[in-house]
Amino acid sequence: MRCGATLARQPSGPSDLPLALTVTAAIVFIIANTSPLMDLSAVGRTASTTIVGGAYQMWLEDEKITGVLVAFCAVIAPGSYLAFMLTLLLASRRSPAPFWISEMLRWVEHFKTWSMLEVMLLGILVALIKIAELATVDPGIGMYAVGGLVLLIPAILVTFDDRELWQRLEWVDGETPPPPDAEVSR
Amino acid sequence: MTTAALTAAQAGLVSCEACKLVSRPASATEPGFCRRCGEQLEWRRHASIETTWALVIAAAICYIPANALPVLNTTTLGSSEPDTIMGGVVFLYTSGSWPLALVVLVASVMIPLGKIVALVYLLISVQRGSIKNGHERTRLYRMVEFIGRWSMLDVFVDTFTVALVQLQPLMSVAPGAGVLFFAAVVVLTMLAAEAFDPRLLWDSANPYPSRHG
Repeated sequence: MRCGATLARQPSGPSDLPLALTVTAAIVFIIANTSPLMDLSAVGRTASTTIVGGAYQMWLEDEKITGVLVAFCAVIAPGSYLAFMLTLLLASRRSPAPFWISEMLRWVEHFKTWSMLEVMLLGILVALIKIAELATVDPGIGMYAVGGLVLLIPAILVTFDDRELWQRLEWVDGETPPPPDAEVSR
Repeated sequence: MTTAALTAAQAGLVSCEACKLVSRPASATEPGFCRRCGEQLEWRRHASIETTWALVIAAAICYIPANALPVLNTTTLGSSEPDTIMGGVVFLYTSGSWPLALVVLVASVMIPLGKIVALVYLLISVQRGSIKNGHERTRLYRMVEFIGRWSMLDVFVDTFTVALVQLQPLMSVAPGAGVLFFAAVVVLTMLAAEAFDPRLLWDSANPYPSRHG
C-alpha cells in the first residue's frame, strides 16, 4: 500500500500462458500433419509419407482397424485435445465460466490418455533406423514439428490448472460457484 | 494394522471422479449426480472387478497370436519374408543397434506381459481381501497406468515402415495379421487399467459401511 509493491497475487489468474502454448501447439500440429515426415530414396526412386498417409496405407493394406487406431492416437486424439483446450480456455475467460465447459474438461481427460505423439515419435525413429539399412532416409519438416509438439503438449499440461477452473465453474444446479475457501476441504 | 484415519466413504462423503468435488449424497445406495459438474457419483466404479477381469483375459488371449503371427511381410524381388515382433528385435540387435533392440523388446514384449501379470495380481489381491502392501500395490497400479501407452510403439513402427517402404516392384512391406492382435493387446490392457478402481485396493483395510453390488 505504501510503496506500491505487489503484496499478493492470484496464484494463477486468467490462464494466458496455457492459452498461448495451446495456440502455438495448434499451429505446429497443422504443420506436423500437412508436411512430409520423411523422404525415402533408394536406387533412383523416392517415397515420402505424412502421419495420415501412414494410417491410410495401413487401411489400404487391409489392416483397417489398425489404421483407424493409428489415426486416432496420432491425429484425432491430439487434434481434438488441442481444439477442446483452445475452446475451453477461451470460454473460461468469462466469469463465471459457462457450464458446458465441464463436459469438455471431461472429454479432454480422455483425449489426453489416448494421444500418443511421444510414442509415435519414438516409433518413427525406430522405423527410420530399420529402413536406413536399405535406403537413404531424410527426416522432413513434419518430423521436427512432431518433436516440437512432444515438448509443447506437456508444457500445456503443466501450466493448465484444471482444479482452479473447476472452482470457477458454474454449477449444474444453477447456483453460482461459492468462493474457493467455502469449498469442502480435500 | 493400526487404526487409520476416518476415510471419506466412512464419513458418508463421496468424491466426484470428474471434477473431484467432495459431496455428501442424499442417499447411500443411490449417490446420484455431482452438484457441480453433473457426473454420476459412485462409491466405487461400477462392476470394476468383473470388467477388468474380462478385459485382462481378452488381452492375454490376444497376446499369443500377437507374438506368434508375423507383423510385417517384406517382399524383395518376388520373394516374401515374414517378420514377427521378436524377429524385429533380433534384426535390430544383429544390425548393431542394441539399445533400440532393448527399447523395442521392453516396450513390445515385456510391458504388455508385465501389465497383464500385474493386473491379474491386483485383481486377485482385491478379491482375496488382502490388506498387505497397500502402498506397493497402489504404486504398481500407477505404473501400469503410466507405462501402458508405450507398448503402442511397435504398432507405430510397423505403420511407418509399411508407409515408407513402397518401392514396387523392387521392394515392399505389408502388414501381417499379428499387428491387429498386438494393437488389441495394447488397447485392451489400457481399457482394463482404466476400468480398475484403485480405491478397491484399500477397501479391505478400511471397510466402509454402505457397500453394495
